[in-house]
Amino acid sequence: MTPTDKISSKPLLTRSLAAALTCLGLGAVGPYAAHAQETPASAAPPAPVKAVERGDALYGRPEGGAASKLAPVAGPPLATPIAKLPLDKLKVPDGFKIEVYASGIANAREMTQAPDGTLFVGTRTVGKVYAVLPQAGPDGKREIKTIASGLHRPNGVAFHDGALYVAELSKIWRYDDIANHLDGSEEPTLVTDDLPKDEAHGWKFIAIGPDNKLYVPIGAPGNIVMPPDTHAQIRRMDLDGKNPEVIARGVRNTVGFDWNPKTKQLWFTDNGRDWVSEDIPNDELNVLTEPGKQHFGYPYCHQGTFTDPEYGWGHSCAEFTAPTGLLGPHTASLGMRFYTGTQFPEAYRDAIFIAQHGSWNRTTKLGGAVVVAKPGADGKVAAVEPFLTGFLQDNKYVGRPVDVLVAKDGSLLVSDDYNGAIYRVSYGQ
Amino acid sequence: MQHFLGLRAIRGLIPALGSLLAGAALAAPDAAMQERLAPCIACHGAGTSETEGIPSLGGQMPDYVVTQLFQFREKQREAPPMNDIAAGFSDDDLRAYADAVGTLPPPARTGDPADPALMARAQSLVAKHQCTSCHGADLAGRDAIPRIRDQREEYLLKALAGYKSNARPGYDPAMNEVAQELSEADIKDLAAYVSRL
Repeated sequence: MTPTDKISSKPLLTRSLAAALTCLGLGAVGPYAAHAQETPASAAPPAPVKAVERGDALYGRPEGGAASKLAPVAGPPLATPIAKLPLDKLKVPDGFKIEVYASGIANAREMTQAPDGTLFVGTRTVGKVYAVLPQAGPDGKREIKTIASGLHRPNGVAFHDGALYVAELSKIWRYDDIANHLDGSEEPTLVTDDLPKDEAHGWKFIAIGPDNKLYVPIGAPGNIVMPPDTHAQIRRMDLDGKNPEVIARGVRNTVGFDWNPKTKQLWFTDNGRDWVSEDIPNDELNVLTEPGKQHFGYPYCHQGTFTDPEYGWGHSCAEFTAPTGLLGPHTASLGMRFYTGTQFPEAYRDAIFIAQHGSWNRTTKLGGAVVVAKPGADGKVAAVEPFLTGFLQDNKYVGRPVDVLVAKDGSLLVSDDYNGAIYRVSYGQ
Repeated sequence: MQHFLGLRAIRGLIPALGSLLAGAALAAPDAAMQERLAPCIACHGAGTSETEGIPSLGGQMPDYVVTQLFQFREKQREAPPMNDIAAGFSDDDLRAYADAVGTLPPPARTGDPADPALMARAQSLVAKHQCTSCHGADLAGRDAIPRIRDQREEYLLKALAGYKSNARPGYDPAMNEVAQELSEADIKDLAAYVSRL
């Protein structure tokens, strides 16, 4: 049923009259109202923990002035048509090529890939989980399947042993034998719902580690708050949700992590607080070397060097684990993966690609790029280099990277939730 | 029953005709757009809603309207009869309706100005919760953030209560977050004030 089918065949007056009758509550004769009372919003979240205060993204903002013009804005709910994607504005280093891998995937966020090349994509605002089939059709387009709809902020996806794990805001599901259920026919199994229900920093990136455990972050329930014992941390648990343990504390909001292929240690990005300054604190790149024992600073210390104006009094940054790399102020450094492929030049082996969604809490925007960090022999990251740029044009976003994934063929896939697209960066082909 | 329906139908016809006349007076000359808008205007008015519980759409940005229509279609936001109306819309339909609604003139204030005591209370709430940071200094909205000034009072009341209870999950969680800190009295004051700007 399209509006054309339904509406345009009738004279104008009849149509308006029907609508007017409907709005007066005369459901029996209105064309639309017959099912008006069904379908409760399955996406409605339960009430969050009441103990949380100041959960507002704008908490801490100074009064008046230029700061009053800054606020986070969610991207559009509809994917950009392929012909209007900003491909001609996107820049990669010499020798690399960028192309559209898939489009029409509204609000594309975290990605994970099955061994057969099927790509799974989560979303934050549109409640869907998609699968992108590996083979392009004769028109060069890859078919998109919608595996699930009506979920509540299903940002996180992780493929493991034939199953797809999907993280909603406060529930994690497992879709078994997903390859044979891309049409959404598989009823998922609940892995856990023992998670906080706060909206602030509640959407999740998830992954399964080399220890076969499921890693789940729980963000701080606001910009700068004293988090309850249940928040600002990363947990890991058995694949069936049992035996959860907190492995890192003082983590404000990580939306990307991966394991160093050499050391098997967990590396993760963390988003710094807002409203202190245009220029500090930096987002962090952290390494977990002693699971369960380290505190990464929030809300007391930011970027390893700077005590919080409110919560830092009485503390020193020396009490906390310092980041191994700084990723720029407000850049929203999200998805990150070690480059484990062989397609890219030698210099990129075991380098870390990081998707920066881009700032909102800054007058001159920063981020909106994929950067690459190349740890030195000491494991420290001295600098990050731009890799894929051009999403930021005249201080406006034309696209916003969320996640990166090293594809089976060694190319790099990049999701863009602003355009609902996935790009492929390849080398020398 | 037949007789009853007939009476109701005639009552329904009057606002519909009024809306059509108002629609005809709009500046936008695009006949296709006018035709598209007619069923919207029938309930929502040509910018200003005269009907209890139904929001004014005038002055809203297409980016906001398209997001709401999307949420209706996907049943993320429950608001009969809009879920059924939007159920069969394609993405292009959502864009076309949003662009058409975006041409409606901003709503006229329908009530009396707020009294000074209410105004003082509400202004301090607006400052405390930083409403203007997203909705703009005059609360007229921008891009995907709605115009709320001169919106119908009972609609604002319901929207804020819905955000607070999470019965209305925002497209983005910003309003669900901020509404957690509002008391019922705060919501009443805000709705009364913002609808009377």
